[in-house]
Amino acid sequence: MASIWEYANPRKFMATTDVVLPWIAVTAALTLVGGLIWGFFFTPEDYRQGATVKIIYLHVPAALLAINAWLMMLAASLIWIVRRHHVSALAARAAAPVGAVMTLIALITGAIWGQPMWGTWWEWDPRLTSFLILFLFYLGYMALWSAVENDDTAADLTAILCLVGSVFALLSRYAVNFWNQGLHQGASLSLDAQENVADVFYHPLLVSIAGFVLLFVALVLLRTRTEIRARRMRALLLRERMG
Amino acid sequence: MPDLGKYAVEVLSAYGAALALLLLLVLVSLRRARRVKADLAEVEARRHGD
Repeated sequence: MASIWEYANPRKFMATTDVVLPWIAVTAALTLVGGLIWGFFFTPEDYRQGATVKIIYLHVPAALLAINAWLMMLAASLIWIVRRHHVSALAARAAAPVGAVMTLIALITGAIWGQPMWGTWWEWDPRLTSFLILFLFYLGYMALWSAVENDDTAADLTAILCLVGSVFALLSRYAVNFWNQGLHQGASLSLDAQENVADVFYHPLLVSIAGFVLLFVALVLLRTRTEIRARRMRALLLRERMG
Repeated sequence: MPDLGKYAVEVLSAYGAALALLLLLVLVSLRRARRVKADLAEVEARRHGD
């Protein structure tokens, strides 16, 4: 069986993703559209929240990915620090804008949902605040990659920033459990069936989450391929200049 | 179209904003992928032409 480290070879990564990416992209589009249509058109209103419950099909998957994209970047950064595989550093770089957009979607849909339910767009509640800080970390991470000219130095510095930001990624997930205060309720999805949302909302939510996850994977693969090409181009241009 | 009652504005604006952001992300990613691929091909062609 092939070792996972084979994919750290840019040629192997490009050849493999060239084949799998179109399939993942099509599956992502179908699953996401299917989940959102199911949730938006074919689910009832909630007895307390009314039609605003339909925002769950955007808000929960986006929030879940906002946190997990950072954790994926953390894993890729650790691989870079320990094994110095360029593809892993570039994959972390590629995931950052996707994670930032997911965090922004979670913040915007949360604010729109919060207004009619809580009577306010924003509250300095533990989960909301840690999500805002996570978003700022995403912006800082992307800015740091752009600011440092040498790719390896940029990968080192951003890996350290990623380690520090992981505290807020985890805090975003568990803030509700740490502090018994604030407006935001606990997790919508749980291994404990009693705590989950009702089945009528739960099943389309799972499809929507699957669609968001597949879209994330497709975008990260596409953007990692772009970063690999951009890195090779920078190396060739440097060689040209050196004469 | 489902009846969204008094929350129609909230639900529709949440879907509008989220889908617009996702679409923008996909388009920007595809555009950059195409541009970088073309630029690299040009640099490699120049290199092989030397």
